[in-house]
This record gives sequence, C-alpha cells and structure tokens, in this order.
Amino acid sequence: MSTNTSTESRSRGKAPAGERVADWADGRLGIYSLAKANMRKIFPDHWSFMLGEICLYSFLIIILTGVYLTLFFHPSMNEVEYHGSYIPMQGQLMSEAYASTLEISFDVRGGLLIRQIHHWAAVIFLAGMFVHMMRVFFTGAFRKPREINWLFGFLLFVLGMFTGFTGYSLPDDLLSGTGVRFTQGAILSVPIVGTYISMFLFGGEFPGTDFVARFYSIHILLLPGIMLGLVVAHLILVFYHKHTQFAGAGRTNKNVVGMPLLPVYMAKAGGFFFLVFGFTALIAGIASINPIWNLGPYRPDMVSTGAQPDWYMGFAEGLVRAMPGWEINFWGHTLVLGVFIPLVLFGLFLAIIALYPFIESWITGDKREHHILDRPRNAPTRTAFGVAWVTAYMIMLIGGGNDIVATHFNLSINAVTWFVRIGFFAGPVVAFIVTKRICLGLQRRDKDKVLHGRESGIIKRLPHGEFIEVHEPLSQEQMYTLTAHEQYKPAEIGPTVDENGVKRKVKGSEKLRAKLSEAYYGEESQIPKPTVEEYKEITSGHGHH
Amino acid sequence: MSSQDNPEKNLPTAQDTTHGAVDVADEKHPFADPGLPPHEHRIQDIDERAAKRSERTVALLFTLSMLATIGFIASFVAIPVEKMVYIFPLGRISALNFALGVTLGIALFAIGAGAVHWARTLMSDEELTDERHPIEAPPEVRTKVMDDFRQGAKESQLGRRKLIRNTMFGALTLVPLSGVVLLRDLGPLPEDKLRHTAWSRGKLLINQNTNEPMRPSDIVVGSLTFAKPEGLDEHDHGFNNEIAKAALMIVRIQPDDIKDKRTLEWSHEGILAYSKICTHVGCPISLYEQQTHHVLCPCHQSTFDLSDGAKVIFGPAGHPLPQLRIGVNDEGYLEALADFDEPVGPAFWERG
Amino acid sequence: MKKLSARRRHPLAALVVLLLALACTGGLYAVFAPADKAQADETAQSLTIEEGKKLYTVGCASCHGTGGQGTSDGPSLVGVGAAAVDFQVGTGRMPAHTSQAAQIPDKRTIYSQAEIDQLAAYIASLGAGPAIPTEEQYSPEGADIAKGGELFRNNCAQCHNFTGKGGALTHGKYAPSLEDVDPKHIYEAMLTGPQNMPSFPDSTMSEQNKKDIIAYLGEVNSDKSESPGGMELGGLGPVSEGLFGWIFGLGGLIAVAVWVAARTAKAKKS
Repeated sequence: MSTNTSTESRSRGKAPAGERVADWADGRLGIYSLAKANMRKIFPDHWSFMLGEICLYSFLIIILTGVYLTLFFHPSMNEVEYHGSYIPMQGQLMSEAYASTLEISFDVRGGLLIRQIHHWAAVIFLAGMFVHMMRVFFTGAFRKPREINWLFGFLLFVLGMFTGFTGYSLPDDLLSGTGVRFTQGAILSVPIVGTYISMFLFGGEFPGTDFVARFYSIHILLLPGIMLGLVVAHLILVFYHKHTQFAGAGRTNKNVVGMPLLPVYMAKAGGFFFLVFGFTALIAGIASINPIWNLGPYRPDMVSTGAQPDWYMGFAEGLVRAMPGWEINFWGHTLVLGVFIPLVLFGLFLAIIALYPFIESWITGDKREHHILDRPRNAPTRTAFGVAWVTAYMIMLIGGGNDIVATHFNLSINAVTWFVRIGFFAGPVVAFIVTKRICLGLQRRDKDKVLHGRESGIIKRLPHGEFIEVHEPLSQEQMYTLTAHEQYKPAEIGPTVDENGVKRKVKGSEKLRAKLSEAYYGEESQIPKPTVEEYKEITSGHGHH
Repeated sequence: MSSQDNPEKNLPTAQDTTHGAVDVADEKHPFADPGLPPHEHRIQDIDERAAKRSERTVALLFTLSMLATIGFIASFVAIPVEKMVYIFPLGRISALNFALGVTLGIALFAIGAGAVHWARTLMSDEELTDERHPIEAPPEVRTKVMDDFRQGAKESQLGRRKLIRNTMFGALTLVPLSGVVLLRDLGPLPEDKLRHTAWSRGKLLINQNTNEPMRPSDIVVGSLTFAKPEGLDEHDHGFNNEIAKAALMIVRIQPDDIKDKRTLEWSHEGILAYSKICTHVGCPISLYEQQTHHVLCPCHQSTFDLSDGAKVIFGPAGHPLPQLRIGVNDEGYLEALADFDEPVGPAFWERG
Repeated sequence: MKKLSARRRHPLAALVVLLLALACTGGLYAVFAPADKAQADETAQSLTIEEGKKLYTVGCASCHGTGGQGTSDGPSLVGVGAAAVDFQVGTGRMPAHTSQAAQIPDKRTIYSQAEIDQLAAYIASLGAGPAIPTEEQYSPEGADIAKGGELFRNNCAQCHNFTGKGGALTHGKYAPSLEDVDPKHIYEAMLTGPQNMPSFPDSTMSEQNKKDIIAYLGEVNSDKSESPGGMELGGLGPVSEGLFGWIFGLGGLIAVAVWVAARTAKAKKS
C-alpha cells in the first residue's frame, strides 16, 4: 500500500499526459501488472504461426462488415413485388430478405463491396481455420498443456461452419433455399423426433415464413456471440501457455525465443490485420461472390444444376451424394439411413480429429508439457493419420462437387460418384501407408546427414580412380536440430504376474494400448536417432572414405 | 491401474541440454545444444543510408494509403452506382464496386505493408528469450487450494444437510424445464401435414408456363411440362408451402415403352404426372432425359426411371417418386383423380 | 323495315345466293390461287428439296437411312421438322462422328446456311414437323426479361444452371452451356428437344414464353452481360468460389504471412 501511494504521489508531478492517463487507468484496472508480464512477451517468428492470425483478422472483418449489412438487410419473408433498379427481376415476387439483398447490391453505394468482403472473408476464415488446425495437428502443438485450446479451436471451426451456413441462407435466394431444403430433408431423416424438429425449426411446414428471421438471430447474435467468447478464451490461452516453437539451437522446452510483443510483434501483427483486410477488400473489388441476382428468389419448386453449398459444407454434401439410398420400413416406421448415416458420419468424422489429442496422450501415457514442436516426419504415424483424414475430407469435397467435376473433366457423373464411394475407404489407407513411408525415408535422410554430413555436390576422384562425393559435416546447430526430437519406446503390457506370483488380469484396453503403441513407436514406425557411438565410429573412420 | 504408469518407463529421455550455455561439441556430446547463435546485424543496423531508405519506403507506403483513401471517397462521390465498365480480364463489372474495392484494398494493405516493413527493417531484430514456467501449480499451492475448498464445503454444510442439497439439486434441475416448455410454440405438431397435398379428385392440372389447363393433345411425347393444382396462385399466402408438396412434372412416354403396369394405369394415354419433389431430401427434381426416360436430381444425383414407376436406379434416394393418378374431365382437360397416395418429398420416421 | 330473313323465301332468293356464292368463290380463287409467281416458288421449293435430298444422300443417309427412315445408327427423321435439322446441322452436332458417344457435342458447322435450308426442306418434306422459326419469333423485342428469368428457372435451370452455364446429366451426358448460342438455335432446341433434352412445344410453352426466355439469356449470358461484382469465376457458384478463395484468397494471404515472418537479410551474409 505504501509503495502504491508513493508512486501515485510521484506521478502527480509533471509527468507527461500519457503517463498520467496510464496511471489513472492503473489505479482502477491494474494495467501495470498486466503489462509487466505481457508488454515484452516473446513470440516466435514463423509463417505457419500466423495462420491463426489470418483467421482472427478475418473474423474481425466479418464482424465489422456484418454490422454494416444489418443496417440494410430486412430479415423478413414477407412477399413483395420487386420494383428496384435491377431490370431482370422487375415485377418478380420475392421475400423482403431477397429484395433487400438486391437493394444492398444495386442501390446502396458500396453495399455490394461490403457484401462481397463479408462473404470472401467468411470463405477465407473457414479455409484459414482448416489450415491452422492442420498446422497445429501435424506439428503436435495440441499436446499438453494445449488440449483445451485445441478443442476451443475445433469448436470455432464447427461453429464457423454453421454461422456460414445460416449466413448464406439469409438472402433467401434459389441456391441457398435449396440448401435449406436439403437441411430440412436431413432433419426429417432423424428417427422419432425428425418431423418435430423440422416443424419447430421452420414454424410449420417447409419453407414457411419464419426461417429467415430465425436464422438471422442465430447468425448475427447466438453463434457469433459464442464464437467471440471462444476466440477471446483461445487467445488468452495462447498468451498464457506462451507460443510453441520449433527445435533449434538455444530453443528448449523451458524457454521461448523470438521477438518482443512491443514493438516488433505488435507492428507485425497489427500490420498483418491491415494486410489481411486490404487483401480481402481487393479480392472483393475484383471477384464476384454469390451473385444472388443471378440466382433468383427461392421457390420450393425450382432449382438449378450445380447446387452446392459453400466449400466448408462441401464435405457433408459429398457424404450425402456418395451414400447409397438405404431406407428401412418396419412397423409403420421408416428409418432413412440414406440420409441419416451421412448426418451421423459428418459428426463422427469431425469428432475423430477433435478427440485425437486425447487418444494420442492415452497411447503415449505422456503427461509432460510439450512446447517444442514436432517436425511431421518425426511423428510418422500421427502424420500419416492426419494425411489420411485430410484425404478422406478432400475426396468428400470432390464428391460434393461431382457434377462440376464431371462436366469439367468430361467424366460420367456416375463414375465420379463411384470413385468417391471407393475412394472414401481406399484413399485414406493408401495415403496412410504412403505418408508413413515418406516420413521414414525423411528420417533416414536426416540420420544420414547427421552421420555423414551434407551432400556437397562436389565429386572427387581418388588416386586409384574411384569417384566419391564430398560430404560436408553439418554445423553444430544443424546437428542439434536434427537430433533434438524425442523418440518413444513402445509400451509393453508389463509383468502379468505380480510380486506375489499372482496372475494379474490383463484388460482389453491395456492390450489395445500396447498394440497401438507398437504401431506408433515400434521398429516399423520410426528410425532410431543416430547415437553418439555411431557418430564417433563414423567420424573416426572418416579418413578411410 | 498399473498399466497407466507403465508407459512412463517408455517415455524418451529428454536430451540433457544445458540450455543457454554454448557447449562446444565435445567428445561426449556431439549433438549438444550450442545455444542461441550470436546476433547478426542487418544492413539497416550498420548503414544509416539503408535505414533512411527503409524509412522513406515506410513513409511512402503510409502516404500511398492516404492517397488511396482520398481515392475511395472520390470514387464514392463521383461514380454512379449503376455504372458498368469493361475491364480486362474481369469482364463488364460495376465501376463503383471495382474502384471502392481497389482503393480500400490499397489503403489498408499499404498501412499493413508499411508497419511490417518498419518492423522488419528498423525495429530491433535481436531474438530474446523468455523463460517458461510449468502450468501446473506447485504441490504446496495445490494442498492449500484443496484445504480451502474442503473448509468452504464444510462450512456450507452442504454435505451434512442432505435435505437442502437434494431439494436444491431438484430445483436447479427443474427450473430449465420452463425454458424448454417455452419452445413449444416454435411450430405446430407434425400431425399428418406431410401426408396431404393440394391435389384432390377433379382438380385440373394447370400449366405453370401459361397458367392454363391442359388437354392431352398439348403434351407431346418427349416433352416436359410443370403443373400446379387448379386454384393455387403465386400471390396466395402459403403458396410456397403448398407448391413445395404439390409441384408436378408431366411427361409423355409411348405407352409401349412404359414398363410398369400401374404406371401406365395411372397415366392418361402415356401422359405421366410425377411429384417434382425428390424423395431424398426434397430438391425439385426435373433433369429429364427424354430418350432414356430417366430423371436426375441436380442436388445429389438420385436417378429415377419414369417409365418404370420412377424407381430409383442411382443415387441416395430411398424410394420412387410418387405418381399422381390423372384422367380427363368432361371438357377434355387433364385432371387429378386423387391426391398422391403416399407422402411426397423426403422420407421421415412416421412415413412407414 | 323488312329484314333480310323475311325475304329468304322470295323466288329469286336461290338465284341471288347462287350468284353470290359464285362471286365469292371466284374472288377467293383469284386471291388464293397459285399465280405464276406462286408456281415459280413451288418449283423453287421442289428444287430446294431435290438439292437437299442430294446433300442428304451424301452426308446423312448412311446413318439415318436413304429415305430418312432411320437405322440402328441414327433415329428416323420423318416428322422431326425443319427446325430440328436447322438446329442439329446449324450447331455442328450433325453430321456426328459416331453414334456411340454418350452425347453428340456441338462442333464447327460444315454446311452453309443455304445448304442447311435445303436439307431442312428435304426432311420437312418427309413428314410435318416444327418449322424453322422466323426472326420475329426469337428476337428479344417485346419480351419480358423478368418473366423469362422465372420461366428459365422453372424449365431450364435444373439442367443448364441459373444463367445457362451448363451442367451434368447421367453417364457422361450433359446439358451444354448456352453461352454464345444463336437465339434461333435456342428457340429450335426448345421446340424440338434435341438428343436427351425434352421438348417444350408451343402447346405447353407459348411463343411468348420462349421469347421471354431468350431475352433473359441475352441479358445474363451473352457477351454484353454484366457481372457487377467482378470476375464471375465461371458462374458455377460455390465450387469455383471456394477454389478461388482457397487458392488466391488463402494462398495469397499465406504468401503475405511468409513475407511478414521472414528474417530480414543480414549484412554479413553473402
């Protein structure tokens, strides 16, 4: 207390205005204690660490432009006859939502630009989250203590998908209406409660006159509200945990090496916000997105070919398109498996990647904190699993656009669908095997580099006529970097007989775990790091080369 | 639970690195961490002229941003919203949208580029190190927290006074029910709404293109027509709900080419009226191939054979398209002979 | 006043009626009888048909049969009408390279319009069918673009996409893009239903309806169509938008991120 009063009395002097404001704020908010820990906080520099920033800034752009759009958009399904400035819609019956979107596009100056920035930023936001998530996955950044933050990020991705879906459904155009119809059909397939959920969601039969207003409050309030909370929590945890870093000279699990928040990181991160915003605005100035005036107002009896959702729902679309039409009738009820299975698979497929950190930590039994990132090659099974997952995802994306693929590559749509059906199962297996092989190959190369040095490209002829390539020894830093990764030993079930000679029952989960551990860290799954002995043997024998 | 600790033994031993200290790779530790390499200067750190150049570049970028903002405002004022221009390779596009997008883009991008260039070339690029501390609290803190919690829990007497605890849990469990009940009026109950459409015996088939009833002679083999029930008008309230179930697709196939007996019986001399709503998830399906008599759904590629009871021959739909039984009335116009005999559109639990 | 009906029993009535009838018949004959010129037209017509038949025998008969009755390689052309010939040959679909492909694509036209007219006349002579539309029928004048849009979305968009960019059908078949297609050919396609496309005859889709649709296409899918938002990215909807967003949007931003995070060149190096 006494020190506090002394600083206060000191600051009452002729301190500059800025300092006086800061003192005022500190007396009420305690900002100095906060700044002490954070003002010169260190952030490592790597381009892949900025993927999350792309998402954060896109999110901010979406909120800014979204607020602007709410000033003009009418979330109403009242029927109006259009008499605005877009000629090819004159006299057409449409909902107010669609009419007001036409107005934003053609009558509000800059309205079209803001609409397009909003939509492009959404596409980039989701794509950014996907890539960011993959970066975190493949470098093992999800390990303790960051599992919770991984889940926050995952939730943001899923909520982002649904915010996007409810958003592009708002203009009530023919394309998005078709998507809403699909959603309604999918809801109907849910056993027992499907029809009830559908009636409650749409305020009666499809399409009714309620869903735009309801989607509106979900799109602008409920989901973004939750997302904002999650984004803040995500960032607080990033600060709290301090950023991960790649292995390298001077970088350990107990430190973080990089640039201070003030000034470098602040300038770079702040500047990057403007770069992302500016880039998105440029795209919105030159490339059209969702030209709803071409699509026409929604009518449940009309449709266009090439009816796809935005890309982040394309994976679900692919699942639905590839599914065979299974339907079971029994005791006066219908189980619509052809729609319900894809619906469940959609959730399961995403859940696998969400729960992966917990699965891996169960297999390794590793309870330590990890702040040094893995190079993907040094975790071959994880990397292979991730690539397999991405492969299945991408195949389903192709499935979601099977008609466009068919017309643009002169293929039969039925053949494309069959490719997707088979590829969904075969693709990940092939991807898994190939990726693991590649990872092991790279590990072997790293080992050779450490033991024999770098291939210099210089060919030397020995006196007896033999040609050899001169290998340059690695620098100390490179040597350290290539050998810094840790290697697990596969878990064993352990003694089945305890010290008293009583047989212990081995649980199924234990066996499974041992098996998985063997698959992850057995001889087949990693190349042992070069040992000191190997190194010495080779370097001492170097002269014989 | 011994298995839980078991893998601990299999954890890799962390490389013993004496961090911070620059180890010389000695005989014993050839792969030791040499520590952070010494900082090297950039040109800008040692050459003031280079630094000046950087400064000018940054200032130029910020100035560019200001100019672009002025350009944005000028475009906003000067360019009419409806003006179109041809710009290669973009096409015939809105002049205003293009001008605003480009100027805003430059205005923002230049600020960012300036800030980053400043940070990269002029601000110190010396790498600093922060210590990490374990996230987990030390054992004594943990003990303290646990003790405090037990103390508080004890003082609350929650554990001792079971009656309070149980009734409180009861109240907290029940109170959200009010919220759930409030959701009841979001919509009506399904009842049999999905089972009926606007079609009924005697309703004329109205051509959607011309808004006129049709005679059999109007429908030629190989043609495709869409119809709605008589008395349903676009301007009606609830038109969308009705057309979502009643939309009809009319084709004519040579009776000899119709494979299914009932299909032929329900037709009028080969004129077939099918529901336009896909039985998969409800897209309006109407990609009719008149030579194969197949109809394809543009949303998920379910394919139906209209000459064979609209059976599903490909894709995710689970059952055929419902057929409407039609005939001709006294005046020679096509009419429905009944409503659909099964629910149209996507299947649902109660469909049976 | 005596009404005409009151005099119909007059003895001379029959004579008057007869005279009137003769006069009318004569007058009508004078008006409608083929004059010399008409006769000349007829000969020209039969000449055209003759020419058309010659062209047919050389270019078409191998698949469609010598009398247009059809073979296993090509359908009968009796009753398809001149419009179908003008469409098929005018868009280069006929003559086809093979009948085995999933669909016969449009190609460069190898016949002149005069030759196509001759062929059309010959085929039309085999059996009545839709005639080639006149320019007045398909010109967008007096058409309602907005109505055309609605009709297009109801009748055409399901196969040809919102603005006629085309789309996939089953087993390798497709609905072609309508970009740069002659309005006459669009009209003929609606009228005749080429290949797997269903027909939209005047009895169910009026001439005015067709005109509206053509006017709408002229507005949204021609070289003077506007794309206010910028590049239209093929007009294919979210698939091409998603690709663009990933490759140029996110790709560009990652390139920027690489620049932001990269170390600045050191003075000593190099």
